[in-house]
Amino acid sequence: MKIPLAYVVRNLWARKLTTLLTAGGMALVVFVFTAVLMLDAGLRRTLVSTGSWDNAILLRQASQTEIQSAIYRDQASLLDTLPHVARGADGAPLVSKETLVLIAIAKKGGDKPANVVVRGMPQAGLALRPQVRLIDGRFFRPGSSEIVVGRSVADGFEGTGIGERLRFAGRAWTVVGIFDGGKSGFDSEVWGDVDQMMQAFRRTLYSSALVRLEEAADFQAFADAVGADPRLVLDVKREPAFYEEQSRQLSQFITILGIVLSLIFSIGATIGAAITMYAAVANRTAEIGTLRALGFRRSSILAAFLVESMALALVGGAAGLLLASGLQAFTITTMNWQSFSQLAFGFDLTPRIVLSAIAFALGMGLLGGFLPSLRAARLEIVDALRAA
Amino acid sequence: MLLKLVFKNIFRHRLRSLLTIAGLVIAILAFGILQTVVDAWFAGADMASAQRLITRNATSLVFPLPAYYRERIRAIDGVTKVAISNWFGGIYKDQSVGNFFAQFAIDDNYFDLYPEFRVKPEQMAAWKADRRGALVGRLLADQFGWKVGDVVPLKGAIYPGDWEFVVRGIYEPKDETTVTRQFYFHWDYLNEALKLKFPRRAEQAGVFIVGIADGSRAAELSQAIDREFRNSLAETLTETEKAFQLGFVAQMEAIVTAIRIVSFVVIVIIFAVVANTMAMTARERLSEYATLKALGFGPAFVAGLIVGESVMMTALGGALGILLTFPTAAAFKAMVGTLFPVFNVSRDTVTLQVACAVAVGLLAGLLPSIRASRVKIVEGLRYIG
Repeated sequence: MKIPLAYVVRNLWARKLTTLLTAGGMALVVFVFTAVLMLDAGLRRTLVSTGSWDNAILLRQASQTEIQSAIYRDQASLLDTLPHVARGADGAPLVSKETLVLIAIAKKGGDKPANVVVRGMPQAGLALRPQVRLIDGRFFRPGSSEIVVGRSVADGFEGTGIGERLRFAGRAWTVVGIFDGGKSGFDSEVWGDVDQMMQAFRRTLYSSALVRLEEAADFQAFADAVGADPRLVLDVKREPAFYEEQSRQLSQFITILGIVLSLIFSIGATIGAAITMYAAVANRTAEIGTLRALGFRRSSILAAFLVESMALALVGGAAGLLLASGLQAFTITTMNWQSFSQLAFGFDLTPRIVLSAIAFALGMGLLGGFLPSLRAARLEIVDALRAA
Repeated sequence: MLLKLVFKNIFRHRLRSLLTIAGLVIAILAFGILQTVVDAWFAGADMASAQRLITRNATSLVFPLPAYYRERIRAIDGVTKVAISNWFGGIYKDQSVGNFFAQFAIDDNYFDLYPEFRVKPEQMAAWKADRRGALVGRLLADQFGWKVGDVVPLKGAIYPGDWEFVVRGIYEPKDETTVTRQFYFHWDYLNEALKLKFPRRAEQAGVFIVGIADGSRAAELSQAIDREFRNSLAETLTETEKAFQLGFVAQMEAIVTAIRIVSFVVIVIIFAVVANTMAMTARERLSEYATLKALGFGPAFVAGLIVGESVMMTALGGALGILLTFPTAAAFKAMVGTLFPVFNVSRDTVTLQVACAVAVGLLAGLLPSIRASRVKIVEGLRYIG
């Protein structure tokens, strides 16, 4: 015979302060656990959505980032003639030869400057990034000292509003628009005309080139064509793969730090649950004796206490999840070591994370409640009744 | 009398006290390690000298400066020494985090600016005599098992090509705040090679390390240097070494802040656990407190009994946690030695640990003690737990 669930729940309700404190401790652990998973998911989504699957990016051989890369003008013009390169409506090849530099801009609410990516691109660059939408103002005009800034840059850095002027490379650049990169890494960039940028920064080399393929499946054929031309000493990567590599270290760091922290914290919360359940068993020794005398089996007692502990953990877990889901409104801006520039990313709550968090909470409840429940189940009827 | 009772009370529920103390140990330990991680982040800034300025390109660090600026900076009154330092960014073996270390191409007088790096005079002479020579830090040399005379191959990422260097000396730290995980070689060697391969990139400096005689003139001299190059093609930004290093930390501020917040979350978690223990204990002993009161003990005595027990428990757990912090930090350092070259538990961290343990003990005992001290004798005696 099973002990009704109402009995279990009422026991939790009976001692509110203890329940609150234990569940509160667990809620905080689940909060940290969920927050870290959300952050990692947010980072991944930002970088995966930065690339399109049918785009290929070309960099100088052995350079890991666009900043380190260099492509000569004659190499760049060869790209237009390669097979499998898609063409736009006007018949021009969809190849965006870009230059990339880092400039230091002061963060809002602090005088410390942080590195921001400035990308010079031709008009084709916009066509290659369909996920980018203008949310305010207009795009820069080719051949002018105009720039557009990503949403995260506009939100997080000084002097980046529409109509304001940013000074770098010996010129004043007018901000004419703010774009939304669909939560991609482009949100943390500043875009302008490639020829103007190269002139201002006195560069003769491009940094990288982005190519739209006719079909996503043409990638291998295109890469082979690049490899077959001895003049092109370039590495070819799919755009999403490239951005995923860019954040691998940061993602690893966040994951390892978060998992280690959650594990250590969960030991504390599990101990908390164990203390509460031991006390519950001790207080209710007579009750347990009565239940057993009424004919409830040892296994039912064990189950009842385990369920009580897990219900406690579930309350804590749900509270922690609720707290963590509030984080979705926040964005974190930090430096990506690999690209040496600022990257903004959010907290992303996926169904998988919800399930992991619930499982994590239940695990803590199960672990913390097991020994006390065992003690309850092992009590002899006579001893238990006498204890009262 | 009070102390004796407090002590006896702790051991009445041996299992519960033990579990609570175990939780405390873990929390105080975790707090200490997290604080130390934050400290490690600032290690570069702590090591910075007030008598060194760093001059870089005003646009951002990735833009170089012309090497001839060196002479013009040296001519400024108050400047004693100037040395070029270029970030090399080569890859050793593969791209894994474990094989990453900082490499700089430096002027030969660079080590005069860094007295905290100790090099044997004969090793310094051998390095200066060898064009391909390198000076490596003690920590780095130990990590990869390098000895004087070993050849270290690096694959250039910023400066393409395969580069080979010969270890000519290993520098020792002056004290434990000194980071010895860098790899230094001759800027002249890099420059000669660039002249042949990429002439446009030769004669360029990443940053200038500027030694000044008087640390109190840092602000004035920084401005003097920047004024010298205003309206030139490459304008400069000069700041103290400390400000320069803090700039790096500020770029990753979000992560540092997150770790800070989380380190206090663990204290709140353990507070919930201890408060729970004390609330349960006090509830169970309500009739005892009533008896004590009936015997003539005042409410303050009862409250003292509960708060005393709570503080005693956190003191025990805290002390154990603090003691364990040192070996754990040492083990952690051995594990991630590449990430944090300096990883020492500071006195501030220990002070904070003590403060947190005591605060948790006091607060956790407070609520139950108020309730117990207010209990009416009759009600308390009637109460069954």
